[in-house]
Amino acid sequence: MTHWLALLPLTLLGAVLGLDVVSFPQAMVSRPIVAATLAGALVGAPLRGLICGVTLELFALETLPFGASRYPEWGSASVVGGAIFAVQDEATAGAMAISVFCALVTASIGGWSMIEHRKLLGRYAGGMREYLARGSSTAVTRLQLRGLTFDLLRGGLLTFVALAVFSPLSTVLFAGWTFSSEVSRGVSVALAGAVGAAAVWKVVHTTKGARWYLLGGFVIGAALVVAT
Amino acid sequence: MTAVPPRLPWGTRIAMLVRLLAVQGSWNYEMMLGNGIAFAVEPALRLLPGGKNGEAYRAALARQSGYFNAHPYLAGVAVGALASAELAGESPERIERFRTACCGPLGSVGDRLVWAGWLPACSLLALAAFGFGLSPAGVVFVFLGVYNLGHLALRVWGLTVGYRDGLRVASALATPVLRLGPAHVARAAALLAGIALPLAVRGVMGPALEVMELVFGAAALGAVALTRLHGRIEGWRSSIVLLAAFILFSVVR
Repeated sequence: MTHWLALLPLTLLGAVLGLDVVSFPQAMVSRPIVAATLAGALVGAPLRGLICGVTLELFALETLPFGASRYPEWGSASVVGGAIFAVQDEATAGAMAISVFCALVTASIGGWSMIEHRKLLGRYAGGMREYLARGSSTAVTRLQLRGLTFDLLRGGLLTFVALAVFSPLSTVLFAGWTFSSEVSRGVSVALAGAVGAAAVWKVVHTTKGARWYLLGGFVIGAALVVAT
Repeated sequence: MTAVPPRLPWGTRIAMLVRLLAVQGSWNYEMMLGNGIAFAVEPALRLLPGGKNGEAYRAALARQSGYFNAHPYLAGVAVGALASAELAGESPERIERFRTACCGPLGSVGDRLVWAGWLPACSLLALAAFGFGLSPAGVVFVFLGVYNLGHLALRVWGLTVGYRDGLRVASALATPVLRLGPAHVARAAALLAGIALPLAVRGVMGPALEVMELVFGAAALGAVALTRLHGRIEGWRSSIVLLAAFILFSVVR
């Protein structure tokens, strides 16, 4: 009983951040670097949440929310990944790989759930067409509020189910983990770094002169890494 | 002959702005932003002759709830312009033509400026802040503060300029910020990316410095491979498969 209740704050956070992705207010509180940090703070380890959030943010650079395109839902997913990573201590080998995996799977399912949510709203809007065509303000407001409520519930349900499934699963995986913490983190970060760097290139390479800025930045970044 | 639209009361402007934050609240494949536009423009329509639920109000609301699509942050330009046009008594045909004509530009300009420019730039700024050792609260504050400064400014500007210019608002989209802004933001994002990515990777790796070179090398090779395979595979999706294989191998070996 306590276990399910313990999921409630994270579920609420996932619901609110799931809503932020598209419906309201799109202030990007749902970006992994924020969402995972907030999840980490909720479980008492904001820095670990941030570390997971940075890794997920690199993945998220690849999937920008262009128009009606299909993209993963990072808000609820980052709460799941951030919380699973943050509740483990520094010595837990495999924490990064497993939490990032859980977050990516949740993000994928979240993306699918957003599509289904939109289809559902489309059907609902179709049923209200007559009232909308008559200029009913009640119909306009009701459709809007229903969309917002469904999206909030979608994000909450997704977060709850993902945590309910992945929390015990990750415990089993941690118990059987054989690689070192460094290797686990290294593999996750190398994947995230590759995706993030390719995503940046995709965004900036069409802008005149941007590749030189990128190269110049790399020189500065590499020098800072070596120097510190 | 159309009338000059009345000056919008502050309460109405604020209501429209708040509703604009939820403009995608009922986004669906049938109407896209349509209902959100009607929802955001509705407070202004109450100023039409007959007031709320009057004949003019209902006709205008019905027009505004039809299919519409635009970038959500620039939807304010359309909302302001449509409110202005309705209150100025523009003909339904002109309003309909405007709705159809402004979907494309408001979408493409917003996508280039925000999704392909401002958002990644702010994200990379936050990654750099993390790399420089800022606290979790500091990183979150930098990201949300800088990002939403641009985000809210764009929404307020859109609504203001849209209402001011009405159906002639297209010229506002030629402002240098929207025309040249995306290129400048992309260059800034490129510079930030170069600085932020190595620092962020180092920051996440923490004390595991002995595998750092391997991580950098693997990330660079992976980035080149993904760039070469551009459009054919998605990195984040492939990473699910690779991580699943890695986890499975670690547990069963």
